[in-house]
Amino acid sequence: MDAVKELSYAVDTFYFLISGVLVMWMAAGFAMLEAGLVRAKNTAEILIKNISLFAIACIMYMLMGYSIMYGSSDSSIIPDFGFLIGAENAKDAVLAGGDDAPYYSKMSDFFFQVVFVATCMSIVSGAVAERMKLWSFLAFAVVMTGFIYPVQGYWKWGGGFLDQLGFQDFAGSGVVHMCGAAAAFAAVLVLGARKGKYAKDGSINAIPGANMPLATLGTFILWMGWFGFNGGSELKLSDVGEANAVALVFVNTNMAAAGGVIAAMITARLLFGKTDLTMALNGALAGLVAITAEPLNPDPLLATFIGAIGGVLVVFSIIGLDKLKLDDPVGAISVHGVVGMWGLIAVVLSNPDATIVAQLTGLVTIFAWTFIASFIVWTILKAVIGIRVTEEEEYNGVDVSECGMEAYPEFTNK
Amino acid sequence: MKLISAIIKPFKLDDVREALSEIGVQGITATEVKGFGRQKGHTELYRGAEYVVDFLPKVKVEIAVSADLTERVIETITNAAQTGKIGDGKIFVFDLEQTVRIRTGETGSDAL
Repeated sequence: MDAVKELSYAVDTFYFLISGVLVMWMAAGFAMLEAGLVRAKNTAEILIKNISLFAIACIMYMLMGYSIMYGSSDSSIIPDFGFLIGAENAKDAVLAGGDDAPYYSKMSDFFFQVVFVATCMSIVSGAVAERMKLWSFLAFAVVMTGFIYPVQGYWKWGGGFLDQLGFQDFAGSGVVHMCGAAAAFAAVLVLGARKGKYAKDGSINAIPGANMPLATLGTFILWMGWFGFNGGSELKLSDVGEANAVALVFVNTNMAAAGGVIAAMITARLLFGKTDLTMALNGALAGLVAITAEPLNPDPLLATFIGAIGGVLVVFSIIGLDKLKLDDPVGAISVHGVVGMWGLIAVVLSNPDATIVAQLTGLVTIFAWTFIASFIVWTILKAVIGIRVTEEEEYNGVDVSECGMEAYPEFTNK
Repeated sequence: MKLISAIIKPFKLDDVREALSEIGVQGITATEVKGFGRQKGHTELYRGAEYVVDFLPKVKVEIAVSADLTERVIETITNAAQTGKIGDGKIFVFDLEQTVRIRTGETGSDAL
């Protein structure tokens, strides 16, 4: 019997680690997607932002984030402000069995959680692309990954008041995606639009991305990584019921993305008369974000539908934000924020434990906390060190002004 | 001697080069250029917003020839590069004062 327990502990730990690796790879997806959707003169800077925010997220979450999010606090609102990861599970505790016995390694839990924080932070980088100062962004990343994200994470996944309220968010449509989008939304408000995006007469100028193949590759990488994101969030694999559940989560995640692509393509074709590739890519991500709050209970047909609604929403949201002069070069606020909200609400379609009141409470709480906290941090950064490059630096491209280099030195078009 | 400068559609470059070789033209210089004439630009669409592409990609072909070949070269380029649709390009002809072959120092029509 002990041998079976040890084996299942090993299997579940292994599954957790491999899922974490898939989610880690989403960082590559975000990097490629964003590199494809910015202009060539801002490519190197968006890439260094992506790799450095990942590193900052890992270090801050190890130092304090994980402890805040999963520490033992007496309050359901104020988390326990501790540090570092804590001790690994003892073998005796694992073999003791019972409901409280750990069934995967604590370090594997930390590893799986830390890549989620990085995902959340990646969402912000695309929205502020092509005009933000690198080090101001990184300063925000420190606060976001070490404090803002873990606090709202504690409210749900750490067992805080949102969890006690019955708020359902399986893998983080709200906790991860809408949270990142709320921070991005605050950033865009404080930062302003790219120069040349809006003409003096109020008309909208298109600023086409430099590399559609990279944007497409990035979307495929994110789609693949999402199997770890949602599939790993089942947290267990090692019995028939759990294995079936994991398989269903994989299928639903895939179907929602497919539904999102088709719906976004058709919507774009009907609205513009042309089938915009970037909208199809955003549609795939919208489908994935939409299903993330509940990939386990819907049947595959409903999952496709939930993703498809996300795909329609994302096109209208991108156009709407553009008209409101909220300049988001990659559509991150629409994909992760607007569709993240839809994902949270869509939980009630299939999960009998979910209530619309609890879902809306979670939605408003996470959004308000992240938006207000982020807005304050961005405003302070703006006042103290500034968050925006000069107009001339923006015109020349942040690759040269921030990194002193060009991504494509032979071919850069200024 | 004349310098013939022809702005053509990029995909017609191979046809023009072959046709010119057939009538004995031995040297061609091709440059990728951008521009517009009466064709003007066209509009493209990105995430729902239209934008105008003013300068379209073209190829500029330059050929230095002796005066007696000029008319044949012009005729050959016109035939090879023509699609009949707007945007086929233009041919400009200049007087050419001097030509020097750098390797040997030959000048004038000997250097063509």
